[in-house]
Amino acid sequence: MTIEHIAKIIFGRLTLESFPIHEPILLGTFAVVALGGLGVVGAITKFKLWGWLWREWFTTVDHKKIGIMYIILGTIMLLRGFADALMMRAQQAIAFGNEGYLPAHHFDQVFTAHGTIMIFFVAIPLVSGIINFVMPLQIGARDVAFPYLNSLSFWLTAAGAALVMASLFIGEFSTAGWLNYVPVSNLQNSPGVGPDYYLWALQIAGVGTSLSAINMVTTIIKMRAPGMTMMKMPVFCWTALCSQVLAVAIFPILTAAFAMLMLDRYLGFNFFTNDLGGNPMMYWNLVWIWGHPEVYVLILPVFGIYSEVTSTFTGKRLFGYSSMVYATVVITILSYLVWLHHFFTMGSGASVNSFFGIATMVISIPTGAKIFNWLFTMYRGSIRFDLPMMWVVAFMLTFVVGGMTGVLLAVPPADFVLHNSLFLVAHFHNVIIGGVVFGLFAGIEYWFPKAFGFKLNEFWGKVHFWGWVIGYWVAWTPIYIVGLMGTTRRMRYLEDPTLQPYFVIAAIGAVIILIGIIGFLIGFVVSIRDREKLKVGNDPWDGRTLEWSTTSPPPAYNFAFTPVVHDLDAWYDMKCRGYERPSGGFKPIHMPRNTGAGVILSGLAAVLGFAMIWYMWWLAALAFLGLLVVAIGHTFNYDRDYYIPAEEVERIEAGHRPPPPPEPRPDHGPALEPAGAK
Amino acid sequence: MSNVAPHASAYMGRMLQPLTKAATRMRAGLLCSLPLILSACDRAVLNPAGQVARQQRDIIAISTGLMLLIIVPVMILTVIFAWRYRKGKGGTYDPNFDHSTALELVIWSAPLLIIIILGALTWSSTHLLDPFRPLDRPAVAQDADAPRENMLRVQVVSMDWKWLFIYPDQGIATVNELVLPVGRQVRFDITSTNMMSTFYAPTMAGMIYAMPGMQSTLHAVLDKPVTAEGLSGMYTGAGFADQRFKLYGVPTARFDQWVAEAKGSGRALDLPTYMALVKPSEKVPVMHFAAVQPDLFRRVMERCVEPGKPCMSDVMRHDMGRGGGNPHDVRPGAGMTPGRGSAPLHGDKPEGAIFKSPEEKGSGEHFTKPTHPNQARGVTKPGDATNRNMTELSPWRSPLDAAAARA
Repeated sequence: MTIEHIAKIIFGRLTLESFPIHEPILLGTFAVVALGGLGVVGAITKFKLWGWLWREWFTTVDHKKIGIMYIILGTIMLLRGFADALMMRAQQAIAFGNEGYLPAHHFDQVFTAHGTIMIFFVAIPLVSGIINFVMPLQIGARDVAFPYLNSLSFWLTAAGAALVMASLFIGEFSTAGWLNYVPVSNLQNSPGVGPDYYLWALQIAGVGTSLSAINMVTTIIKMRAPGMTMMKMPVFCWTALCSQVLAVAIFPILTAAFAMLMLDRYLGFNFFTNDLGGNPMMYWNLVWIWGHPEVYVLILPVFGIYSEVTSTFTGKRLFGYSSMVYATVVITILSYLVWLHHFFTMGSGASVNSFFGIATMVISIPTGAKIFNWLFTMYRGSIRFDLPMMWVVAFMLTFVVGGMTGVLLAVPPADFVLHNSLFLVAHFHNVIIGGVVFGLFAGIEYWFPKAFGFKLNEFWGKVHFWGWVIGYWVAWTPIYIVGLMGTTRRMRYLEDPTLQPYFVIAAIGAVIILIGIIGFLIGFVVSIRDREKLKVGNDPWDGRTLEWSTTSPPPAYNFAFTPVVHDLDAWYDMKCRGYERPSGGFKPIHMPRNTGAGVILSGLAAVLGFAMIWYMWWLAALAFLGLLVVAIGHTFNYDRDYYIPAEEVERIEAGHRPPPPPEPRPDHGPALEPAGAK
Repeated sequence: MSNVAPHASAYMGRMLQPLTKAATRMRAGLLCSLPLILSACDRAVLNPAGQVARQQRDIIAISTGLMLLIIVPVMILTVIFAWRYRKGKGGTYDPNFDHSTALELVIWSAPLLIIIILGALTWSSTHLLDPFRPLDRPAVAQDADAPRENMLRVQVVSMDWKWLFIYPDQGIATVNELVLPVGRQVRFDITSTNMMSTFYAPTMAGMIYAMPGMQSTLHAVLDKPVTAEGLSGMYTGAGFADQRFKLYGVPTARFDQWVAEAKGSGRALDLPTYMALVKPSEKVPVMHFAAVQPDLFRRVMERCVEPGKPCMSDVMRHDMGRGGGNPHDVRPGAGMTPGRGSAPLHGDKPEGAIFKSPEEKGSGEHFTKPTHPNQARGVTKPGDATNRNMTELSPWRSPLDAAAARA
């Protein structure tokens, strides 16, 4: 038994070579990150904030704080994902007639990490964050149905993100594309740690996303305020419901597909191998049965955000509420029936391809109806072009182009020439940036005053807006064009020098987007600095839904009295009827107690993943045992709830200025009539 | 059904013809209207040499035109409404306008109509241009009465990271070079040795997957002489950017001459040569083989090129036989044969991680680890240490220098 033998047992395949000790740039990055981290840790220690962080944030089960943490996580990961994007754009702008500056092994990791991070650790956390923060307030609930599960879901997502980040400095990331395609990710083609990092990070985060989805569905079904029937629910809650139902249905498929690939890699199974009866095609089907509905998991809640913002800033009821709801439900169902359009070229035969192509096109009908509904909400409105509304208009002009190219790609003969081309890449960035990302920014601008009591700085908000909108068009128009010329995605370098100008323009576009991102970050800093100046009341936008009826920021219990709902735009209705904030008669409020179990379990899950990635079997066994012990131990924790005494509620409520009485609204006309009269 | 299909498709072809003509006109006005896009129109996808690719291009143009019927009004209305109804600027304000049955009818039915037309186009064109289906008519006049048996057969094998083309009727094979006679229909049978890639010559026809253990088929014809590139449309790992081939469309006489030249090249693609060729390699030069091991393509597809390795069809037949002829016999061991363990081509199949003894765990290296720090970067052989070396950056050439060098 040699030293090496023992070292292998203890550290698995983790060796000194696993660290970027040869690479000055990465070592420098690591040093900066480590120093920055140490600085933050030092500052927290100096100001004695650890206790506060642990009590108020890490162990919190408050849906508002968890929502905010989701958004912080998504923003941090956006910076990482965008750094990858800049590297790719730089490589493709340079690499004509030479091989650019990135070797194959590095470039392949960059595009894999970019896609994985942007979908799983940027888009999903941002969407989850906004649903978490807004939805319970909109339905008049005190928290989500399972507050502790909510905390666990967030920390599991964060654990997955931590594993992805670890791969930058310890070992490597997958090179098999953002869905970790077999056969590239088979053990024989990728024996390294990359695909294992991918699988474990996504399995852990995926459990979090599934649990979160179950939680949100239950909350919407069971915890609406009295009077809020399904068809009086704000559109955002409807879209959140459909999106999360989808997530509940599809994430188990992804988990199963990844589990089978793990069995292949760890236990020598043959689900997706080329030989011995395995079939890589099955993996593609499974991941896309997850993958296509996933797009709708992201975009549906964002459609809800657009609806809320449009209705508020036009000062109108949403046009065609029920057709909006039906459209959402139809999209939800149809999104299951289209996954094969991701590989028409696999040769499924003309009838199968036609079916999936036409099913895909049919989705554009309800989506088109939604666009028209927003359009006619603007019609005869009184539109205030604050930043959230500017994002909506930018979205409508950008997204329709993405929708059109999407339907084009759904025509199988067209897809035969455009499949996997840069045209496709431009299409999905068009709908994800122009649809999901613009909407998330609209949502952040819109609900920020609700979360913190002050607005975001307008100048930096505009830098953010124009940077993204102009940057998007500069970056992706040339990519559409080179895609139409037959250029394929994931190319490290190209021979044809006449294509270079397009890629240089695209790189310039990416830099303009960078300006937008910097504006976004500076906006936060400046706004926090000037928070006294930017302070606003509880209802700064003249909102229409229940979240604007409580204080900004809302108290832990959201509503001192559960609101009673009579109309679709409940708060607007209350304002019209001259609602006044109750000032007495408070009762003790029953609340869930904070718990550290979520953060501890997630930490153990990250250790388990790390140990499995590096083949440290003993550590994996210990971490798994730890997971079981903590999970079971937590079931014996009976101290799960507490009451906020009535006096405390009274004190909190008195601390907030009562909102000014509603101004007379002569122009509102018939809305002053009781809702029942309609 | 099979009798009806050709008539139906011919009918649909006639039905499509006016649309196709309109599309050609539209293409000029539509896709080439912006100066930036203008140069794009000389490219393979938009100005192809193949009949199939041209029809696919037309479908792109027709569908785009149809959808613009909706998209353009929406964009214009968005701008008009946003301007006209901005706060305090005069537009009628009606805060309770939230329903109009007539409008609802329009906003659901207008997209529906477009999709019905597009759906019909999709159904017919998907069947007409199904890659597995032989083409109806030869494309050019000189071969108008060429019988279908005259179809040229080419077998395509996607390897890591190069393309092998076998001409079974001519008895020759090439690597990274595909020469086709103009005006003669070609049937490609496609498979892969390891990665999933797509066989794609943009100027000729759309792509179709090349998959290990499976065969796909593509029919195409070139209408005019062409020199072009083909590639994999699907990422296949480290050598992906170099997995390209040259495509030459030549007159029939020139093609025959080329076949004769290849026959005279002397080298044969026998088993040892194939086993050497199949190993992963990048930037492979063009090769010609005067003769090909018979039945090579089928054995590649059935994953039994190595002598002694059972083919997939053999294993399946054996399985059915050993199970007493009953494929559903699920007794332990039923249907299993000792030869079932058909190992992968490239070395042994790796065992699952859990079975590794500590020494076999190896080292999960960071991708920046250099093994030969002094060797120049850019030699991207698979597994080559320099692929992992990030310590040295390639000298960067600015676009201006590149332009100067070309001039």
